[in-house]
Amino acid sequence: MPKVIENVGCPYCGCSCDDVRVTVSDDGKDILEVENVCAIGTEIFKHGCSKDRIKLPRMRQPDGSMKDISYEEAIDWTARHLLKAKKPLMYGFGSTNCEGQAAAARVMEIAGGMLDNCATICHGPSFLAIFDNGYPTCTLGEVKNRADVIVYWGSNPAHAHPRHMSRYSIFPRGFFTGKGQKKRTVIVIDPRFTDTANVADYHLQIKQGHDYELFNAFRMVIQGHGNDLPDEVAGVKKEQILEVAEIMKNARFGTVFFGMGLTHSDGRNHNIDIAISLTRDLNKVSKWTIMAMRGHYNITGPGVVWSWTFGFPYCLDLTKQNHAHMNPGETSSVDMAMRDEVDMFINIGTDAGAHFPIPAVKHLKKHPWVTIDPSINMASEISDLHIPVCICGVDVGGIVYRMDNVPIQFRKVIEPPEGVMDDETLLNKIADRMEELKAKGEA
Amino acid sequence: MTANKTLNMITQRAVEEGIAMEIGKTSKQYFDACSIIEMNEQDMKELGIMRNTNVRVKSESGEVVVKATVGRQACYPGLCHIRQGVWANQVVPPRTQSTGAPQYSGFPVTVEPAPNDKLKTALELVQGAVGLWKGD
Repeated sequence: MPKVIENVGCPYCGCSCDDVRVTVSDDGKDILEVENVCAIGTEIFKHGCSKDRIKLPRMRQPDGSMKDISYEEAIDWTARHLLKAKKPLMYGFGSTNCEGQAAAARVMEIAGGMLDNCATICHGPSFLAIFDNGYPTCTLGEVKNRADVIVYWGSNPAHAHPRHMSRYSIFPRGFFTGKGQKKRTVIVIDPRFTDTANVADYHLQIKQGHDYELFNAFRMVIQGHGNDLPDEVAGVKKEQILEVAEIMKNARFGTVFFGMGLTHSDGRNHNIDIAISLTRDLNKVSKWTIMAMRGHYNITGPGVVWSWTFGFPYCLDLTKQNHAHMNPGETSSVDMAMRDEVDMFINIGTDAGAHFPIPAVKHLKKHPWVTIDPSINMASEISDLHIPVCICGVDVGGIVYRMDNVPIQFRKVIEPPEGVMDDETLLNKIADRMEELKAKGEA
Repeated sequence: MTANKTLNMITQRAVEEGIAMEIGKTSKQYFDACSIIEMNEQDMKELGIMRNTNVRVKSESGEVVVKATVGRQACYPGLCHIRQGVWANQVVPPRTQSTGAPQYSGFPVTVEPAPNDKLKTALELVQGAVGLWKGD
């Protein structure tokens, strides 16, 4: 009899939906059906039970081809290269459970290297602004149950977080929001007329890269200087700014969701900084909160795990081994790559090959490159060693932090392919091997 | 008609790209989803670009050939968008304003018609950049 597993977590975006229903086959090896999941999540579960999964580590040969090797050989190779390297970098963790992230911290502490996660090219600037200016946030449950005004600024959940609007922000009927979408006002601020803008009540088509000015304009209005606004700010008409500011002031409970539109544009952390200041201003007249639209289902995880192990969420310099240090710009992955400072690169649970600017990839590729990932991707196809692992949420469980910092226990739904290790086991074995080599004096 | 034009480029996620990425970055779906540029019709007219023909995009850090489309999520004149992924990252400048985050949104690119140039696959672009590409 096929078995139905309820309340499964989805390992795709920062929504970390935990209401997925998965039907698995008798032998627990095949996924027959997935429900309550978006188009992207469906593909992850489909991929999880694919027969084409990589089952053994692959080492690049002198002729450029890849040859299967054993896990023991792969672990030994990685451990030896980590100990040999002066400044190795381990980067990724968007798709790794918190247990794996803790084990990675152990590896890099022994190796004396750099540890960074995808936030570095994503919501890293948000961290900087949060350090400077605080973070008046809430949980997604509060948004669902209380919020009557929703602002999406520089984010496009219709594409990047497909169930965010239906599960948390716009459409659901909550405790104080019984009429759902009918009683909510949705404001989208984006240079493109996105599919999210299409469902919004107000779309402010801002000039790309001019977010700071528009935030400033809103702050002026909230603080009572609306009449002094010029006719147009950042491509948005004064009347429209005044109208939307009025809606914000009269909200019972509002939330600003911000995304890559702010963190990737000129200004970076300063855009977030002023967004937080606007939230603070709005809290003088109403109740407002702000939340980063974190990208991956557990990209909040490394920030949390490493903050309580080392005191910093990303861009960690562990080269001193007995104390950690963080200074984005100096210790961030792309910057280090561009200065050619790292002499070994481990890409884990992400794809730097596809998502780093290509000049950074070229620099990193000058040195040994290990990819730890269940799938074939651009990083695996240029790496010297590719080690396959289990997929968190599909064939291994673990703790996952949702975008609002709520921890969720993910479960495994099928058995992993025979012999394939999970991230935590693999990384701990690498750490053990390094300790062994050090004790023998081989490093 | 002008030979080329400087536009402001951004690169962000699209659901088609997300689905294709999970199918696999070497898949046809990923190629179809990501090797396109979305731009305003007015800019296309000025450059004499027909829909679904190839264009060359150049920035301070590289160049790439992609297919020109208007796309459902409209850009205003002067703005263009290549979905995040391998093709976009051929031109994204790695400068980070000391924050670690590269300039994915808002950098100048010149766009010119290149109807006879071929699109490269993801693997050819990435392996080619690091000297591992061996041809089909």
